[in-house]
Amino acid sequence: MIEVENLTKKYGDLVAVKNLNFKVEKGKIWGLLGPNAAGKTTTMRILTGYLPATDGKASVADYDVFEKPNDVKKITGYLPENVPLYPEMTVHSYLNFVSEIKQIPASQRKEAVEKSVAISGLETVRGRLIKNISRGFKQRVGIAQALIHDPQVLVLDEPTIGLDPAQIIEIRRLIKSLKGERTILLSTHILAEVTQTCDGVVIINEGNLMASGSLEELTASFKEKEGVVIKLKKGEKSILSLLKKIHGVDEVSLVDDEFKIEWTKGKDVRDEITKLVVDKELGLIEMRPLAMNIEDLYLKVISGGVEQ
Amino acid sequence: MKNIWAICKKEVKAYFTSPIAYVVITVFLVLIGFFFYSLVWWFNSQSLQMAQNQYYYQQLNINQMVYSPLFHNMSIILLLMIPLLTMRLFSEEKKRQTDELLFTSPISVNQIILGKYFASLFVLLVMLFLTGILSIFVFAYGNPEPAPILNGYLGLFLVGAAFISIGIFFSSLTENQIVSAILTFGALLLFWILNWASYSAGGMWKSVLNYLSFFQHFDDMTRGILDTTDLVYYLSFIFLGLFLTHSVIQSRRWR
Repeated sequence: MIEVENLTKKYGDLVAVKNLNFKVEKGKIWGLLGPNAAGKTTTMRILTGYLPATDGKASVADYDVFEKPNDVKKITGYLPENVPLYPEMTVHSYLNFVSEIKQIPASQRKEAVEKSVAISGLETVRGRLIKNISRGFKQRVGIAQALIHDPQVLVLDEPTIGLDPAQIIEIRRLIKSLKGERTILLSTHILAEVTQTCDGVVIINEGNLMASGSLEELTASFKEKEGVVIKLKKGEKSILSLLKKIHGVDEVSLVDDEFKIEWTKGKDVRDEITKLVVDKELGLIEMRPLAMNIEDLYLKVISGGVEQ
Repeated sequence: MKNIWAICKKEVKAYFTSPIAYVVITVFLVLIGFFFYSLVWWFNSQSLQMAQNQYYYQQLNINQMVYSPLFHNMSIILLLMIPLLTMRLFSEEKKRQTDELLFTSPISVNQIILGKYFASLFVLLVMLFLTGILSIFVFAYGNPEPAPILNGYLGLFLVGAAFISIGIFFSSLTENQIVSAILTFGALLLFWILNWASYSAGGMWKSVLNYLSFFQHFDDMTRGILDTTDLVYYLSFIFLGLFLTHSVIQSRRWR
């Protein structure tokens, strides 16, 4: 439903998004996870047609975002990070205005407004000026606005930011209830949000893709393995076979000048590796555990300790 | 068309739910009322003096003595007021980041610009229409010619429409409303007084500066002359303003 290929966006010299690739299937909720300034908002703005990309392709429901922006806009609901509200309007007149610019035919507008008010739980505030309602309600007006034209695709930029814990739970429940017909891409910098609401995740940092896949895929790939990354003074290729010979090691690979060693969970071979390094005088510079679950991976992304 | 109407409606509502439209219209009308009063008073005293001389008395012309200067005054006040009407059009959207809603909706940039433009034109029409009340008195107690008055109003409308197109352009440049208003005001004033420079310029420059000046074209219209050159001038000015606005918005998004 949503496809991004080699997407790149530069602001002048600053690279906001670099060669991003991911795919969200129909009817799924995917999370775009990353620390602040990772490129989440930029990616979403490109997908919704607000910003053009510098390079690469993006498509929503097989419509190319750059070639057919209007077709994409018609089927996409977008909640920007800063909810685009006009404070001097009432909730009702605001939603009515949005229904007009989203091209809902006049005869169906009233129904569309009613429906989005009901879904987002705005009955009690519909007659009030937007500037006078609480933050949580403003967020809901934002969601109502994104839903009003019954879009197939929803793009939500940090939908729970700035809300109190009770409101966060409510908004999450609301988002989950929208799943099914709709494909949802939401961004967040909170991992728990992804594990609680999403089917899959794309982790990005400084515009680079760190990992992507469904939650099951990612946890499964991490579950049975443990491993370390070591850096050696004598980092020649021939050492690969020596490392492979260690009893219990399943996989060894050379990434840049570092060796990635994996083994089945429980059979810790760190002692054997150190012994080999000392015996052969390979000169150990660094040894660190390999990221083995999403949390580890994400923590490393946040603390800046991960290269691709 | 439907989309332009949607944007236009929203903008007109925004004008009239905030104090801006009321304040601008009221101040405009108060000033125009004052000018009108003093011009009529002057005309009146002139008539009394001239009443002794039959020849001069026939030369008295309310169109030339009241309306022509009044239109000039009105245009100057429009020059002061219109930047205040247009300053928020795009600046506010950008500051509040509501432009993200507009530009991710299936409507074109042109439709957004035109919707906003027409909303400002509507406020201008309301301002001009309300000054029509003054003419009721003139027609009740005097006998002016209606055609030059209508022509003058057409001139005012065109001048105002050109002002708005410049204002909307500067509003698209910045997210600060005050900056937008000051830039608009400066640009309008410059175009107004461009013909002053033509006094000292010679040859081709003289006519170029004269042609570019708002004043020269407007002066004709207040005296009841309807020339296609003037119409073309104003329409091309409006087109240029809106075209530049479009370019600014597009280039911002591509940067």
